[in-house]
Amino acid sequence: MSNWIEIGKVEEIPKQGARVVETAKGDIGIFRTLEGEVFALRDRCPHKEGPLSQGIVHGKRVTCPLHNWNIELESGEVVAPDEGCAASYPVKVDDGVVYLSLEANPDNS
Amino acid sequence: MKERLVLVGNGMAGIRTLEELLKIAPDKYDITVFGAEPHCNYNRIMLSPVLAGEKTIDDIILNSQEWYDENNITLHTGKTVVDIDRRGQKVIADDGTTACYDRLLLATGSNPFIIPVPGHDKEGVIGFRDIKDVDTMLVAAKQYKKAVVIGGGLLGLEAANGLVINGMDVTVVHLGDTLMEMQMDAFSGEMLKASLEERGLKFRMNSSTVELTGEQRVSGLKFADGGELEADLVVMAAGIRPNIDLAKKVGIHCERGIVVNDTLQTFDPKIYSVGECVQHRGVAYGLVAPLFEQAKVCANHLAGYGIAIYEGSTTSTKLKVTGIDLFSAGDFHGDESSEDVVMKDASRGIYKKVVLRDNKIIGAVMYGDTIDGAWYFQMLRDETDVSDFREHLMFGQAHLGDSGHGGSNAASALPDDAEICGCNGVCKGTIVKAITEKGLFTLEEVKSHTKAAASCGSCTGLVEQILASTVGDYSETPKKKAMCGCTEHSHDEVRAAIRDQKLTSIPAVMSALEWHTPDGCASCRPALNYYVIAAWPQEAKDDPQSRFINERAHANIQKDGTYSVIPRMWGGVTTPSELRAIADVVDKFEIPSMKVTGGQRIDLLGVKKEDLPAVWADLNAAGMVSGHGYGKSLRTVKTCVGSEWCRFGTQDSTGLGVKIEKMTWGSWTPHKYKIAVSGCPRNCAEATIKDFGIVCVDSGYELHVGGNGGIHVVATQLLCRVSTEEEVMEYCGAFMQVYREEAHYLERTAPWIERIGLSYAKQRIVEDEAGRKALYARFLVSQEVFQIDPWAEAVEQDHIRKDYIPIKKLG
Ligand code: SRM
Ligand SMILES: Cc1cc2nc3c(=O)[nH]c(=O)nc-3n(C[C@H](O)[C@H](O)[C@H](O)COP(=O)(O)OP(=O)(O)OC[C@H]3O[C@@H](n4cnc5c(N)ncnc54)[C@H](O)[C@@H]3O)c2cc1C
Ligand code: SF4
Ligand code: FES
Repeated sequence: MSNWIEIGKVEEIPKQGARVVETAKGDIGIFRTLEGEVFALRDRCPHKEGPLSQGIVHGKRVTCPLHNWNIELESGEVVAPDEGCAASYPVKVDDGVVYLSLEANPDNS
Repeated sequence: MKERLVLVGNGMAGIRTLEELLKIAPDKYDITVFGAEPHCNYNRIMLSPVLAGEKTIDDIILNSQEWYDENNITLHTGKTVVDIDRRGQKVIADDGTTACYDRLLLATGSNPFIIPVPGHDKEGVIGFRDIKDVDTMLVAAKQYKKAVVIGGGLLGLEAANGLVINGMDVTVVHLGDTLMEMQMDAFSGEMLKASLEERGLKFRMNSSTVELTGEQRVSGLKFADGGELEADLVVMAAGIRPNIDLAKKVGIHCERGIVVNDTLQTFDPKIYSVGECVQHRGVAYGLVAPLFEQAKVCANHLAGYGIAIYEGSTTSTKLKVTGIDLFSAGDFHGDESSEDVVMKDASRGIYKKVVLRDNKIIGAVMYGDTIDGAWYFQMLRDETDVSDFREHLMFGQAHLGDSGHGGSNAASALPDDAEICGCNGVCKGTIVKAITEKGLFTLEEVKSHTKAAASCGSCTGLVEQILASTVGDYSETPKKKAMCGCTEHSHDEVRAAIRDQKLTSIPAVMSALEWHTPDGCASCRPALNYYVIAAWPQEAKDDPQSRFINERAHANIQKDGTYSVIPRMWGGVTTPSELRAIADVVDKFEIPSMKVTGGQRIDLLGVKKEDLPAVWADLNAAGMVSGHGYGKSLRTVKTCVGSEWCRFGTQDSTGLGVKIEKMTWGSWTPHKYKIAVSGCPRNCAEATIKDFGIVCVDSGYELHVGGNGGIHVVATQLLCRVSTEEEVMEYCGAFMQVYREEAHYLERTAPWIERIGLSYAKQRIVEDEAGRKALYARFLVSQEVFQIDPWAEAVEQDHIRKDYIPIKKLG
């Protein structure tokens, strides 16, 4: 099962914003929505590798800062009419602490 | 259980309403559609190109069976609804099929008007309305020789042109003496007639048909003047009548059409109606664009939002006969209170007439050169005051400095591999393919599917033309443009509400104006953030999460995710110690690249995000602050050397530039804002392509506004002359403040001035002294709040600085 790694406190991630986790295999963006939900995506836009963590977060989506593609935070799917998918990772919040697993969700790596 | 929606009429307006509805409330209804025609929904307006052999039926299908299946819509084709049980909420079709509804939508379109002369029911007498009629015409063209089209309007001419192309000998019989008199004046009507005659059409004007002769099949016509004409095929194109048979039969209030209110509701509150069958505020429309506006409003009510209102439409017309360019809109006849501006060049085949009342366009007719049709039409709908550029009006938008894209403007003549969008490398063929394969209609759809016109936007006009030549002319933008998909409100309405209701945060605006989305989108949030802080500088709190990354990180994001840093260099003036400090920073942080910018300062490119605060700390220590090269804010004040050194300098342009930059830096504006000061009319600082430009002259200062050096180069217009530096500062601050308070987010001063008129700016800044002083005072108040160095702030405040570094670094 998932190997949870402690990342930090949930308040350290701004609502409607994101922070980055550096890993050996590249950055992962940890996003927090207005409602307080937390999601993790590989920090590379499927279009031209823009850093998604730097985009504007709205609803359960983020708009890439380079050319405005929209990406679903939950699945990593790019919103139509654009196409593509960013790998998403399991995250959970336990007692105000964020945990991340580095095994990308199977359906979309 | 879901509510049930039944649509009667599987045509353009009805299906468009369903599409709009599915966008905003995909799961609200179980939908059933009845269509009398045995086809899926197709693009009726393209029947003319089908008849002319330029398109096939397959090309013009808008919604295939798969579309209905994917959206779980039950489609009954070839079934005419003959009755409605309003009490039982049920519709009944001619074959006995029934369907129950909670909401019913009537979109039964209209019928061709068949003139009831003796013989009108003979074989070979048809209207021009649907695929069946086109088939009849194509078959007749193979078997027979002579055709007559009754009616010299848009439809009649398109039918006649198509029949000529199919080899028939065609005469157009017209009651009046001007073709298309609903759309054309006598002069342009005559030009049109001449070029149609060149294509082989014949005309019999001023002719009233009294009888159609023949046995079972028609063989000729008799006219009131006693004349006769042979015909094996007669196409009646003498107008259309709203199809209200069904509505009338079941007692829904009808006059000329089915009467609806501003929400497209009939007198039976469960029954809505859209399209050519309706009569709204006394008007029944016969073009697609208004029907699409109705569809949008109706969908909003069917979805239960209940906020949209349809207020009627202004329409424009183009004739779809390949090779003939004709455009008309509004009231082009005019009256005693209006004036005509006319340009005729008969040998080039060009005629343009623009009708003005009180310096506003009320109508336009163009023949031969219609490239500016959309521009005139936009000004007509916006009620733009044209007095400031009246002398250029007839020469078109290109003469206002808007030089368009690469100088080319005839999209239809371009080959498929011509690059249309230079930013995203999109060719004409790709756009056409996307339009036809994906069934795109609007500029917005083309932008999002192909990316053409989605970046800098300079090719928008070309894309619109390609759209028009591929699917027909839908180039209607509603009178009032919503800010984005999250709301119905326009920029102006939102700004007014923020001011009047003292809304000081984004959530307050969204709740007061009933936003559809919980926290907006990447397009409205930055706009709202700007609007609240611009209106309430002292009360509103800036929301970094609603700012584009560059403004959030106070640096420009680069293609590889690194950032660029541009320290401010007041008026372009620098010192050895500043340059040394910059050089030291570059060495210390191993910044890969340095460049002198187009804005007279130095750009450090390729800085890692986590290094930004430390880089800034070093630059701050040497006395430098953020250059806001990233912001919708004051960018630079460019200067030339001026009287201090230059042999031609009339004033101290450098010193004045520095003063102005010290006053204006840090201010947020709707779009980027650039200023320049040149020391004499040689204008080495390029002041006349800046948002605010100052050209020093011997007697003082010329103040210029509304220039733009970017995508469309626009030279400034002269606002006024003043004689002291103090006045320059006051006018400069006041002008910036009106722009801050009134322009739309992402509207630069050049398009803003074009929209509001230079006279308005003059009135606010030059003529109204008290108003100017008040604006200037408000500008200074907001500067007290915003003139802070965001770099220093990030360096000093832990919680901000932390956001620049990864939350965690793993192995
Ligand atoms: C760095 C610089 C180019 C250079 O190497 O010289 C530059 C770089 C960019 N320009 Fe520029 N512009 C630069 C001077 C200009 C100028 C020249 C000037 O200011 O005299 C112009 C034409 C003048 C004008 O604006 O009227 C200019 C017209 C544009 C435009 C078109 C604006 C328009 O209204 O048409 C854009 C696109 C936009 O803003 O939407 C743009 C956008 C950009 C962006 C922000 C593109 C982006 O979104 O990433 C570039 C940022 C690169 C970076 O990270 O620094 N840049 N840009 C110049 C910075 C000046 C400075 O010191 O701040
Ligand atoms: C040849 C031609 C060229 C045109 N060119 C242009 C142009 O260039 N630009 C422009 O803007 N407009 C143009 N138009 C007009 C445009 O096509 C119409 O405005 C538009 O199609 C009207 O849409 P609608 O949904 O109201 O009606 P329709 O598209 O006619 O749809 C109504 C549908 O309802 C069906 N129906 C009617 N009664 C019943 C019933 N009781 N039960 C079941 N089904 C029923 C009809 O069969 C029809 O399919 C053109 C029209 C024609 C015919
Ligand atoms: S710096 Fe300006 S002109 Fe150069 S590529 Fe970037 S946006 Fe285009
Ligand atoms: S890299 Fe994300 S939209 Fe282009």
